[in-house]
Amino acid sequence: MSRDMKEKIGFFVLKLSAFLVILILGIILFDIVIKGAIVIDWQFLSTAPRKGMTEGGIFPAIIGTFYVTMITALLSTPIGIFTAIYLNEYAGKGLLTRFIRMAIRNLSGVPSIVFGLFGVALFVQGMNLGTSILSAGLTLGLMTLPVTITASEEALKTVPDSYRQGSLALGATKWQSIRTNVLPVAVPGMMTGSILGLARAAGETAPILFTGAAFYLPFLPGTLFDQFMALPYHLYIMATQHHAIERVRPIAYGTALVLIVLVIIMNLSAIIIRARFRNKLK
Amino acid sequence: MKKVKFYSIVILIVIISLSLVGCGSGNQQKAIQIKGSDTEVNVVQHLAESYMESSDLKISVTGGGSGTGIAALINNEVDIANSSRDMKESEIENAENNNITPVRFIIAMDGLSIVVNETNSVKELTVEEIGKIFKGEINNWSQLGGSDLPISLYGRQSNSGTYIFFRDKVLKGDYSQDMKRMNGNAQIVESIKADKAGISYVGVGYAVDENNNEVDGLKIVNVAIDENTTAVSPLKAENVKNGSYPLARPLNQYIDGKPEGALLDFIKYELSAEGQNIVVDEGFYPISPEFQEINEKNLGL
Amino acid sequence: MDKFGKLKENLIEYFFLINGLLVIFVLLSIFYLLIKNSIPAFTEIGFTGFFTSAYWNPSAYSSPSYGILGQVVSTLMVTFGAMVIAVPVGIGTAAYIAEIASPRVKGILKPVIEILAGIPSVVIGFLGIVLLGPIIANTANLSNGLNALNGSILLAIMSLPTIISLSEDAISAVPDRYKEASLGLGANRWQTLVKSIIPSGLSGIIASIMLGMGRAIGETMTVLMATGNAPALPGSFFSSVRTMTSTIAIELGEVPYNSTHYYALFAVGLILFIMTFVVNLVSDIILHKYQEVA
Repeated sequence: MSRDMKEKIGFFVLKLSAFLVILILGIILFDIVIKGAIVIDWQFLSTAPRKGMTEGGIFPAIIGTFYVTMITALLSTPIGIFTAIYLNEYAGKGLLTRFIRMAIRNLSGVPSIVFGLFGVALFVQGMNLGTSILSAGLTLGLMTLPVTITASEEALKTVPDSYRQGSLALGATKWQSIRTNVLPVAVPGMMTGSILGLARAAGETAPILFTGAAFYLPFLPGTLFDQFMALPYHLYIMATQHHAIERVRPIAYGTALVLIVLVIIMNLSAIIIRARFRNKLK
Repeated sequence: MKKVKFYSIVILIVIISLSLVGCGSGNQQKAIQIKGSDTEVNVVQHLAESYMESSDLKISVTGGGSGTGIAALINNEVDIANSSRDMKESEIENAENNNITPVRFIIAMDGLSIVVNETNSVKELTVEEIGKIFKGEINNWSQLGGSDLPISLYGRQSNSGTYIFFRDKVLKGDYSQDMKRMNGNAQIVESIKADKAGISYVGVGYAVDENNNEVDGLKIVNVAIDENTTAVSPLKAENVKNGSYPLARPLNQYIDGKPEGALLDFIKYELSAEGQNIVVDEGFYPISPEFQEINEKNLGL
Repeated sequence: MDKFGKLKENLIEYFFLINGLLVIFVLLSIFYLLIKNSIPAFTEIGFTGFFTSAYWNPSAYSSPSYGILGQVVSTLMVTFGAMVIAVPVGIGTAAYIAEIASPRVKGILKPVIEILAGIPSVVIGFLGIVLLGPIIANTANLSNGLNALNGSILLAIMSLPTIISLSEDAISAVPDRYKEASLGLGANRWQTLVKSIIPSGLSGIIASIMLGMGRAIGETMTVLMATGNAPALPGSFFSSVRTMTSTIAIELGEVPYNSTHYYALFAVGLILFIMTFVVNLVSDIILHKYQEVA
């Protein structure tokens, strides 16, 4: 076979791989949109499930996901940003910094169900918070820390050093320079990081399985110590544990669609914010 | 300036959401949590919804398997545990160590059914044969007079009361490791419908449709105590009532201590004529006399 | 700067430092809690019982057994299957993006990969049940399509974005002069890619594969929904399998807190944690070596 033939075939195979990836995403979205869209209407989004969850909507699951994501944000956003500030603005190149970075990478690799175990042992049992929005939110918060930290650090790195030097040269302290010159500019980028982390948290099931998610509650959660319904958990039980699986399949598809749309909107907002931020800096 | 704007928006969102959380149950409604048996979940949900039509009480019913329900009762997380098996000694001990006093009562009778695909020619089996099948000792349908197909086993998982009951009553040994563990009765029914060589066990309520006929696509096998007795069907109420169907069993609920107030009211409803009609509606059978006595004793009615 | 000002600056720095240390603290706490809750299990069950038996049956009729081997094999099996699919497709796509694709195609592919990465695992698992399962069942003439193959395909889909992005980074980072040198010597673009660029970026590519592998090992919902969950040692890719993650997810809800079974699940979690930790560590080391070389 001539070299040219080899090149043509080789490139074709590579093109095929890329095409395969697009095809896979296409199939996933297509199937869910087609089968889920039929079920979605205002009723579906705003009413609670009825008749043993074979009818009605998924409103409590949407609210539950919202609540637990709020708690996640309250924990992981500040800590994530502060850690990123430390790493980019203050940290040296020594062993401690290496350890912190290694810890971040390893934390991002911990299986979600192990976070669930940790959440049960620490929050549900140890701190006696019981199965609740709080326990689940805190567990998810810890899980999303690496994402928030990494993305916030990226945002800080993009701020040119001249911003810092200029301010220091004028006599400001280090913290003053960071506060007035670096942070305001980096905020959009750091927001990107938070939102990406929250998008991930909103879609996670394993960490909330045993820390607070409930199969069915006839009322909305009243306090942070209540259990809650959640979109990913709702999809899971509709698909596997419901007592009339085939009948509720359309509801499952609808839930999957709402969940995907939610996650995509969050991801898109993060990407748009990041793109505008990059343009501004130019 | 932008930073101020950003932070104020964030704080606004946080305040709004936290206040929404407070809105949820402004009038501290009374609520009962029921959890456990997948076999019972349909029935109890139906009972709960019916009861809630004329009451302020909020009742939440979820599945997860009898084991899950019992664990939740022991951990003091639910008011009623649905269980299609009896609590083990160790579980009762565990509960008492946790200051929970399990009180048992029965809400219905089940004729645990052996189901196979409708194309399967095998019509009846003895209890011993069933045990051997699920232990993996008999593994081809031809050994039972059927076609030459390896038997495909489906069952529940270890959190299921039905799994435990079936194992202790019929197998008296461990399940074959090749048995596929499904998540609930509904998944089992779906699997049997699709698998010509399949066999499984489900609560009779799941094996029949709204008219109390066998669900399309599967067949209920008649069961005999041994080779010398006639095989009996779980579809006839008397067989379950008089105990001639070997796999008849009570469907339990467990609570902590003697019931009172709203909880007692709901339980009374479950045991009433109206409640028992719902039980029959769902394909199960009303409480047999011997178990009614147990109810009266345990609940102090 | 006055003394008070200096104190304030130092305090602020310490404040940020403590946040940084928090991550290490969280990681160590997870490890500690896993160990603390596994010890009662190991005392009751014994190391041999746990590690050498394939028989996991905590609520057995006769005597409970807690052998983890079956689950470990299942986990490794679906991971291996996933890598067989994801590695060629991933590296191929990465090479395509880095070297061949026009900016317009890149503009489509990159968002596609980001969106794919963002799809929740439970949605992928759901499609494994309703879409992929029936396809596998019909093609291979089985009664249902919930098995190791299904799990492997789904896990491959989930690992692809990781492998693609990181491999693409590695390939793009190869200095242009390597490419120019190779072309200058008369090699065509394909030969340059295969013989010069990819080998130079190999450590980054391998690191990305290891990270993808870590993701596959730790994935829970997808395998829980799509692999059938039979605890026996799997016979083939068409067997129903039960991974370590599925076991924890299935059983944690049915155990009373602080029973042997409860502790045993933490022990499984500990093994999982160690496995993913080691894989990540290896990936780190490879990446570090690669950065030194470049």
